[in-house]
Amino acid sequence: MKGYRKYFLNKLAWFLVTFVFAFILNFILPRMMPGDPVAAIVSRLAQGMSSSTGMKQVYEQYAELFGTNKPMLEQFFIYVGNVIHGNFGTSFSQYPRSVADILKSSLLWTVCLQFPAIIVGWFIGNTLGALAAYLKGGFDRVLMPVSIFVSNLPAFGMAIILLVIFGVNLKWFPTSGGYGFDLIPSFTWTFMWSVIVHYQLPFWSIVLIAIGGQAIGMRSMAIYELNSDYVKYSRFMGIKDRKIVGYVFRNAMLPQVTGLALSIGTMVSGALIAEIIFSYPGLGYTILNSVMGHDYPLISATTLIITLMVLGAMFLIEIIYGFIDPRIKAAQSD
Amino acid sequence: MKHFLRQVFRSPNFVIGFVIFMALLLIVIIYPLIITDSPLAIIGQGTFFPPGIYVNTFDSINSSDTYILNLDDAAAKRIASKMDNQERLDMGAWLVAAGIPESEIDVTDTEKLLDQWEKNYDSTKNIPGLTNAKRNYYARLNNSIQGVLSTEGATIAVKNPETGALDEKGFVKQSDYVNIGQVANVRVLPLGTDNFGRDMLTELVKATSISLQIGLVAGIVATLIGLTLGLLSGYVGGLVDDIIMFITNLFTVIPGFVLLILISFSIGQDKRGAVTIAVVIGLTSWVWTTRAVRSQVISLRNRDHVNLSKLSGHSVLHIIVADILPYIASYVVMALILQISSGILAEAGLSILGLGPRTTEVPTLGLMMNWAMIYQAHILGKWWAYFPVLVAIALITFSMNLMNTGLDQVFNPALRD
Repeated sequence: MKGYRKYFLNKLAWFLVTFVFAFILNFILPRMMPGDPVAAIVSRLAQGMSSSTGMKQVYEQYAELFGTNKPMLEQFFIYVGNVIHGNFGTSFSQYPRSVADILKSSLLWTVCLQFPAIIVGWFIGNTLGALAAYLKGGFDRVLMPVSIFVSNLPAFGMAIILLVIFGVNLKWFPTSGGYGFDLIPSFTWTFMWSVIVHYQLPFWSIVLIAIGGQAIGMRSMAIYELNSDYVKYSRFMGIKDRKIVGYVFRNAMLPQVTGLALSIGTMVSGALIAEIIFSYPGLGYTILNSVMGHDYPLISATTLIITLMVLGAMFLIEIIYGFIDPRIKAAQSD
Repeated sequence: MKHFLRQVFRSPNFVIGFVIFMALLLIVIIYPLIITDSPLAIIGQGTFFPPGIYVNTFDSINSSDTYILNLDDAAAKRIASKMDNQERLDMGAWLVAAGIPESEIDVTDTEKLLDQWEKNYDSTKNIPGLTNAKRNYYARLNNSIQGVLSTEGATIAVKNPETGALDEKGFVKQSDYVNIGQVANVRVLPLGTDNFGRDMLTELVKATSISLQIGLVAGIVATLIGLTLGLLSGYVGGLVDDIIMFITNLFTVIPGFVLLILISFSIGQDKRGAVTIAVVIGLTSWVWTTRAVRSQVISLRNRDHVNLSKLSGHSVLHIIVADILPYIASYVVMALILQISSGILAEAGLSILGLGPRTTEVPTLGLMMNWAMIYQAHILGKWWAYFPVLVAIALITFSMNLMNTGLDQVFNPALRD
């Protein structure tokens, strides 16, 4: 267990460093934007206002409220303090709603949509890839080009195709939103059913994209393992095929777990765009709105949450990886 | 080199990818030479004109040569094009209500339906359950059908500028035809127009070309950074390696797309040109190349020929260029291809978020997609506004990945079938 603890602490320290770095980038980059966002709100609010001293007062009041009149470093420490208390400031575009409030309502949608979709896609993809490597022949010849083509479609492309076929033409599923526009979120059957129906298209569009990429990776890993010496040796020894296949897929699986950790960032970004296509009320849609509204507190907080989500998922995968890969235990106990 | 090329071109994956890619490239290069219209010129007044051949009505009426063709099915076709599906169903419903057996009515058979309609329709007939509005609707429908059924032509009249009266200028019979080649103004719009009324095909070709350039610039920037850092960190090692690996690990864990959003947002709308976006994409995606190159270099660093070169007193630069680069060249090319295709996808993703290049200067595949989405082309069923764009993106990335798979099979013997 000592080896694991070292591995775990090492990973944790590394993720903390990364998080601090990402946090700083998150703070600085949106604030480097040219133009004064406060001026934009004030000009919107002060439309028709003629006295320039009045305008100036309004401006100063808002600059004070958003803290843009202080030096950058001071702003940063105020920001850190606020974030620790869960206060991400006030949204510019949806003033006077707070950023935390907006995020709270969209985060759950994104988490419930993306993580099940990515995991289901990963499992189906790996199973198909392993089958293609093992069965070869016709199955492989059909599956491979299809997987390559599907994994090359951008995530939004798959989303649009599903939307047009099943939403617009067949009218099986609704085309946009997270629930019926005439419903109020509540724990009633009608609402739940509406959520489930709205869930299908975004979910499957993400799953299908994930399947393609994972199947390709798994197939080449499994082929590589199937040709390796230990498989040949086991065959000579007369070990049953079923048992060998078990070994092979356990070994081929390991790089796929790492692959999931490495590609989870890409997957999430693709899924965010799929959300936009379906106007799903998640983080992707929030980003779109905040970009449209030049709302940097919201952008900054949304990207921070996404980074945190991805970091968390990667950390989890690394920990699981540490348990399932015997080599890590061996390396740590040296 | 020759042997290597022959081997690469023997891989079916590579050949298919190469052919698709070259075809795209040829179209992108040759099309603008033949059709020199500006890709961003707004020609249509209105949104989403469907694909087809647009013939000027004024010119065809005033065409000097008219031809008379006596075609039997002309009248039926004319009527069929005037009656939409809903009207047919409504007519069928009326006939059923009026007592015609349902089995005798076929709404897809225009001639029979019209025949039955003419025989049975009577506006004064009292049908139970028919509202007044519906009755008026059927009367209007009947009038329009009678109008279409008339065999007379149409008179062309011109307003007299002095009296304001209409003077007959010409007469168009139902059997008059014009030869499309003799009409002065005909515009072919193979993919219709987009939401701004721009010719989709011309715009798409230009957008493909710009997107390829964005991908190329992004790929080259990413590969150059990745190659330099990878070589430095792999060959020099020590503190340099530690620092570079620290930065690389940081950027592996921070999702590149988030960085891309933040940077493009902070650049601001006014300064986002296509090249800027390409460079930003390149700056956020070099991490993979660095890692791959570094691990390759580390395995090469202690090979005999490198040691020999060191002993001969060659400079570090010489060793890297002459003794290490040739061995990793294939990996670098493969990484470049992947970077180009992911750069194109990244641009499309950014543009959909509204963070792509400015709209006014150049079209890109992502921007076209973005406008189609904003104008709800997918909900309205205007397939020509988004589907060709999707196909273009998919073909580019598909062909590049096929080439990459092919190269992989050549260089990586374990993957050969």
